[in-house]
Amino acid sequence: MNMPADAQPVAQFGETPFTRKKQRSEKIARAIFAVMVACIVIPLIVIIGYLVKEGYSLISWKFLTTNPTHGMREGGIWSALLGTFWLVGVSLCISAPIGVLAAVYLNEYAKDNWFTRVVNLAVVNLAGVPSIVHALFGLGAFVLFAHMGRSILAASLTLAIMTMPVIIASTKEALAAVPRQFREACWNVGATKWQTIWRIVLPNSISGILTGVILQVSRTAGETAPIMFTGAVFYRRIEEGNLFAYNITDQCMALSTHLFAVKTQVTNAPEALSFAIALVLLGLVVFVNLTAILIRSWLRGRKKW
Amino acid sequence: MVKPKVQVENLRLSYGPREVIHGISFDIEPNEILGIIGPAQSGKTSLLRCINRTIEFTVGAKPSGTIRVDGEDISEMRNVYELRRRVGMVAPLPVGLPLSIYDNVAFAPRAAGMKKKGELDTLVEKCLTQSALWDEVKDRLDSLGTKLSGGQQQRLTIARALSHSPEILCLDEFSIAIDPVTTMRIEDVLKVLKKEVTIILVTNLVQQARRLAARTMFLWNGEIIELGPTEQLFGDKPKDKRTYDYVNGIFG
Amino acid sequence: MTGSRSTLSIYGEKAIELLIRLCGVSAIIFVFAIFFFVFREGAPILASKDFSLGKFLTSTEWYPTSMSNVRFGTLALLAGTLSVTGVAMLIAVPFGLGAAIFVSEFCTGKVREILKIVIELLAAIPSIVWGFIGLTVMNPIIQNLFHVPVGLNVLNAAILLALMSIPVMVSIGEDALKAVPDSYREGALALGATRWQIIWRVLLPAAKNGLLAAVLLGVGRAVGETMAVLMATGHAVQIPHSIFDSCRTLTATIAAELGETREHSPHYQVLFLIGILLFTITFIVNLIADFVVKGVRKK
Repeated sequence: MNMPADAQPVAQFGETPFTRKKQRSEKIARAIFAVMVACIVIPLIVIIGYLVKEGYSLISWKFLTTNPTHGMREGGIWSALLGTFWLVGVSLCISAPIGVLAAVYLNEYAKDNWFTRVVNLAVVNLAGVPSIVHALFGLGAFVLFAHMGRSILAASLTLAIMTMPVIIASTKEALAAVPRQFREACWNVGATKWQTIWRIVLPNSISGILTGVILQVSRTAGETAPIMFTGAVFYRRIEEGNLFAYNITDQCMALSTHLFAVKTQVTNAPEALSFAIALVLLGLVVFVNLTAILIRSWLRGRKKW
Repeated sequence: MVKPKVQVENLRLSYGPREVIHGISFDIEPNEILGIIGPAQSGKTSLLRCINRTIEFTVGAKPSGTIRVDGEDISEMRNVYELRRRVGMVAPLPVGLPLSIYDNVAFAPRAAGMKKKGELDTLVEKCLTQSALWDEVKDRLDSLGTKLSGGQQQRLTIARALSHSPEILCLDEFSIAIDPVTTMRIEDVLKVLKKEVTIILVTNLVQQARRLAARTMFLWNGEIIELGPTEQLFGDKPKDKRTYDYVNGIFG
Repeated sequence: MTGSRSTLSIYGEKAIELLIRLCGVSAIIFVFAIFFFVFREGAPILASKDFSLGKFLTSTEWYPTSMSNVRFGTLALLAGTLSVTGVAMLIAVPFGLGAAIFVSEFCTGKVREILKIVIELLAAIPSIVWGFIGLTVMNPIIQNLFHVPVGLNVLNAAILLALMSIPVMVSIGEDALKAVPDSYREGALALGATRWQIIWRVLLPAAKNGLLAAVLLGVGRAVGETMAVLMATGHAVQIPHSIFDSCRTLTATIAAELGETREHSPHYQVLFLIGILLFTITFIVNLIADFVVKGVRKK
């Protein structure tokens, strides 16, 4: 689409002072912008490298699968890790169906009028509401008003509402990529709107939808503020090795709040412990994101039309 | 006199403030091929989309007037999907759905609730044979419909339109994207199909209407200039001079 | 086959459509619900005689737990939010837009793909990890580099926020630049313009609304950020006078103090009121960004 970056003037016209000046300006521009990008990328690499160096020594299978001990100064992170999985899983079960259907509404059913604009605006604003305000909302609506108490359910609902706009936006984009002529062909043979969506539109946009859902997972896993007051607990011991050690009405630990607690509230915790927790959280998020990127590029290669 | 299959009375259609069909009326008899000719933008496609009510999917389109199929006003039909099943539609550009060839043809029957494998198999074979595609694809019914050539995809589209056993088949410039040989094959198919269904053939090739249609309608700027036996329109003395000009390529 | 579609399946279709419409409008419901429930918890304080809305907005004295004289002035917190956001934007805007220009105009093929993935990963780093980095990595660096006693200050938080909002700016900014037709670039090249001239005189003016929207969304993200600023600002309630002063933001205050308040106490209610204030600020920023983007599309 864009001009090739290394477009050279054609040599046969010969070099003039003017073309030389142009080449120089081209090189300078390129260098300056490259330095700017480097200023963003290099700190990132250095920081991640530092986290790995400081935290790597503690990480082992045992670290992941045992509960914290000695006032969270020793032991593993099992209860926090499992808590994060639970929060992500439950919130996904809520936000994915609602988010996908909301996107279906916006892309397939909504007419181009003021009401649709208001809905779109609401989605944009929902995405922009600060996470701490979501926390207040979760506390006011789910924990207190709906009497769920501080629980995985209340925290997951809060997270679900918070991350839903991500799913809506990516699903909408995926649906819009399915050509309209496919829909018309279906309507012409007497398929209903939903049959068309279910049999043609959704199967052909599943890769984009999946990518959005996975990105939602990564965002949910890292959130801290929304769960601090709605379901996360400072310390909790659970049965090791049992994936169903939590109940949906329980409070749970989570990696993000655990990191916050170890770093700011536990005195005399070893430095390496907090680095290791940060590293696990970061690794989890990066892993999930890379999965999404891989799925996207894999499915892009096998498009059906 | 036989009862008309389709009756159009004073049909008007506007997109927003712009009216594109200005109150036209005509009848279509059962088992005839009605040719509709006319330059681009004269409302041919819009007319077809009014008949199967897919016009409702277009934002801002407002049809008025009455269309009757077998004497029944289509705007009062509660089950619009039933109507669309009775009216088959083939679009100008071939659309293979991103499904296997088999599923392409079985799509409509399945949507209508047919589930038995045996029935579906028979139907798929029948439709593909009718559309002169069976011999070419019978060994690879599992491959993607979108990967067929243009001409094959158009015949697949026709097979799909036949799969719900329509009583009326609307073809909208079906030959626009395919080669002459395939066009002739499909025309032969239509001549056979005429025995079972009523065909509305919108075409940009005037000679195609001459080859196939018993009666032809010349539509121009949303009005019927002339409707009569094909030979009359293509003869030396059509009722309207504009018809003569258009058919003989003088039209500007 | 005719008639095989029973009335039941038509009702099924209607039911599904209803469900989809319901999900579609859920976003509106959620936005209103957020406002309603946060306001519901915070509103009672407005009626209390010890509380004045004027003081709430204009006083710098934040002593929510004082036994003798409770004071709820959020001006210092607001100043903290604004100064951190402001400094963050001073860093993020040139780098974010510069990176957007680099990715969109100077990169092709593999390099571009890789850069986009890196920026996507940058966006994925959780804010708690950023806060942790601020506390453990940036703190000593700032102390040593600038010879200041405390490294947890406006600058520290601003650098983190800048790194957090750059990915948003890059991706939206790149979209805006992509939307500039290639014919503009080719036209300028044909006239003998240098790459600088093309960027300054052609691309930036043509994409300015999209770039502005990118900046605004970055601002929105920075204002609402909680955990990173909670850990990196130093947590001192004061109006910062230099970038090396510690401060505290609106978001951090809620996060830090909500856990220690009794439900429905005045302090608790004031924290919800701060939530409403934040909600309003980000709502307005997002609204403006949206209108700016719509302006682009109309062209």
